[in-house]
Amino acid sequence: MAQAGTRNRPLSPHLTIWRWGPAMAVSILHRVSGNGLAVAGLGVLLWWLGALASGPAAYAAFSAHASAWYGMAVLIGISWTFFNHMASGIRHFVLDIGAGYELNRNALWSILTPVIGILLTAAFWAALLLR
Amino acid sequence: MGNGTSIGRVRGLGSAKSGSHHWLLQRFTAIGNLLLVLWFIVSLLMLPNFQYETVREWIARPVPATAMALLIVSTFWHARLGMQVMLEDYVHEHANKFACIAALNLVAFAGAGFGLFCVIRLALGGA
Repeated sequence: MAQAGTRNRPLSPHLTIWRWGPAMAVSILHRVSGNGLAVAGLGVLLWWLGALASGPAAYAAFSAHASAWYGMAVLIGISWTFFNHMASGIRHFVLDIGAGYELNRNALWSILTPVIGILLTAAFWAALLLR
Repeated sequence: MGNGTSIGRVRGLGSAKSGSHHWLLQRFTAIGNLLLVLWFIVSLLMLPNFQYETVREWIARPVPATAMALLIVSTFWHARLGMQVMLEDYVHEHANKFACIAALNLVAFAGAGFGLFCVIRLALGGA
């Protein structure tokens, strides 16, 4: 009888039943871009630093991969994950102080955050390639 | 944890007493990442080219070497905290979760250690 209170209680509906909204999309994008950065971003950073510390030959090997089409694709991907994670991270700082929970404003910034991430990525590569 | 009595069913559950510390560290390291990675991005844009000699000469200077060392500490710390949360959410079996977080700790410390060693070697010469 001690467990009587724990049986047959209604369960909270889980992820799958909700209609997708901007706040859910920006939330999972934050997690995906953050973990992508942790694996690919920090991995490439260590490869770059290790190649620099090893000498010209290792650095040339890194540069050859980094400037190939697949290397550029990875670097563009890493830069996007950073700018996306930065934008949604700043959104989290705002939410942490208790602001931005009104439905319309929350949806607006949930949509703007990934857009800002893409624009900053484009601006970074434009500045890098057009300098 | 027993299940015979009311107190037995709740004992050992509830707050782990350290969640807010994890949460705060995630924010403190996020602020560090924001400053340091933006510094890194601006520095990359200001380098005249990415030739070996140019980059080596730049990163060996005191301020870039210090900032890069701090960037490594801040980003690896933040990544370790964030990936812990991801593992806690998606790895449900206790033993697997423990193994994953133990492996995460090893990889995070090894990665940060290697990065710091590279910066020190570049800054103090030897290569």
